[in-house]
Amino acid sequence: MRKYYLFFRLRFAAGVQYRMAAITALTTQLVWGLMECLAYKAIAEASGNSLPMNYSAIVSYIWLKEALLALFNTWAADNDIFGMILNGDISYEMCRPLSVYSMWFSRTVGGRVSEALLRCIPVLLCAFLMPYPYKPGLPVSMEAFALFLLTAVFALGVTVAFCMLVYILCFFTLSPQGWRMVLTGAIDFLSGNIIPLPFFPQGYRKIAELLPFAYMQNVPFRIYCGDLAGADIPPAILKQIFWFLVLTLAGMLAWKQAEKRIIVQGG
Amino acid sequence: MNIRKSIALYTRYASVCVKSVMQYKLSFLLMLIGRVILSFNEFIAIKFLFSGFVEIRGYSYGDVLLCFSIIQISFTLAELFGNGFKVFSSMVKRGEFDRILLRPCSPILQIIGTRFEIGRTGPMITAAVTLVIGMRTGNVAWDAGAVFTLVLMIAGGTLLFIGLFLLGASFCFFSIEDTSIINVLTYGAKSHGKYPIDIYGKGIMRFCTYIIPYTLIQYYPLQYLLGRTTQWRFALYPMGIVVFLALCYVVWRIGVRNYKSCGA
Repeated sequence: MRKYYLFFRLRFAAGVQYRMAAITALTTQLVWGLMECLAYKAIAEASGNSLPMNYSAIVSYIWLKEALLALFNTWAADNDIFGMILNGDISYEMCRPLSVYSMWFSRTVGGRVSEALLRCIPVLLCAFLMPYPYKPGLPVSMEAFALFLLTAVFALGVTVAFCMLVYILCFFTLSPQGWRMVLTGAIDFLSGNIIPLPFFPQGYRKIAELLPFAYMQNVPFRIYCGDLAGADIPPAILKQIFWFLVLTLAGMLAWKQAEKRIIVQGG
Repeated sequence: MNIRKSIALYTRYASVCVKSVMQYKLSFLLMLIGRVILSFNEFIAIKFLFSGFVEIRGYSYGDVLLCFSIIQISFTLAELFGNGFKVFSSMVKRGEFDRILLRPCSPILQIIGTRFEIGRTGPMITAAVTLVIGMRTGNVAWDAGAVFTLVLMIAGGTLLFIGLFLLGASFCFFSIEDTSIINVLTYGAKSHGKYPIDIYGKGIMRFCTYIIPYTLIQYYPLQYLLGRTTQWRFALYPMGIVVFLALCYVVWRIGVRNYKSCGA
């Protein structure tokens, strides 16, 4: 376990280096969050305040999404890993007496957690300083906050397990960036990153909830703002665990297959 | 160098870029599809949101789709032609700009010519679909004046985004830090410009008029297009972008003049 923890540490330390990039990201996220809050304000008024989520819940959802973007987005990938696959350094990785899957899993989690920690604090600080209707609420209760933290861990697990599949896809195609773009494009919507899942019309929402992507950021964010509560929470957590196991297993099996096919050319 | 020669050279650059991309057809196709999906997401989001209400601050679903389509087309065209400015910082870092300056040919032509990227046209498909829906269902009486306004809005928008890309590229001359901060203004406008700017309230309206003149290509001509005002001069506002572009160009010139190679 300690080995994997060290890979996490390594990536974490590397991630803390880039300050200007962090300021840029902060500005971007504040602008995005605020513009979305303003747009939903107009939408709330247009619908006569009969939105599928109440306005303060939407605001919390938006700010959490911005603050934890680095943790849950599906498009950012550890480019070092793509690099290793493309330039052949993967052979060094395979020489280590470790599981490549677990190693990559831990470093991806490390990269995401370091970036998220660095970025979420300033985003949340600024968000809480916003004037009244545009400022995120506190969690609806202590239990909700505890469940938020718990489901956030599972959500990260599902997200990273999915990203691992995207990495492994590299071994089966010569245009990994293209596939990545197609996949993440579709998932972006289905994970509730563009609009929260409750805004989907009934039929579409049912379909989206059958897929693993609804068990990424959607669950913790909606628990935090009280939109997902009571008896709906346990099934959501069980499905998170289910999808985490399924995607991890699929990833490990795919890696086994990929391992057999690897041909490193010279170097 | 005269204009005809420049155009011929640009076409040549562009065709080489297209050829090189076509060497990897699957990759190109997937990137294109990916970009179509990404822009389609935004369209579906508008569609889903509008299932809960009819109008937002007086704008119908069709009106919003028109707005969305116009901004998508403008941004895509600007990215297609101005992509070189977007990746300019990497050209400076690799010392490519030094070589460009040595050649007896306009630097801007070389920068935008060598980075022509046909794969960026994906969102055009979404824009075409939404434009048709918007034209059918929006509150526009389609006469010559309306078509003219629409074309001006797209042209003005394209120039505005190109101006912003140029401004972003100019930052490289003044700072060695990461300069992607300009993305807030470009991508931000692309994402949030799908709604008429006035729905965001007074503060944003002011910023989008006096700091970066987005309202010239969106809010004002839109009022005329949707028949909310009879003042036809609003339709001509996008022409004002030429002034903005000229200012961006001045910044660029100052930057180039102060350019010191880092010796790569």
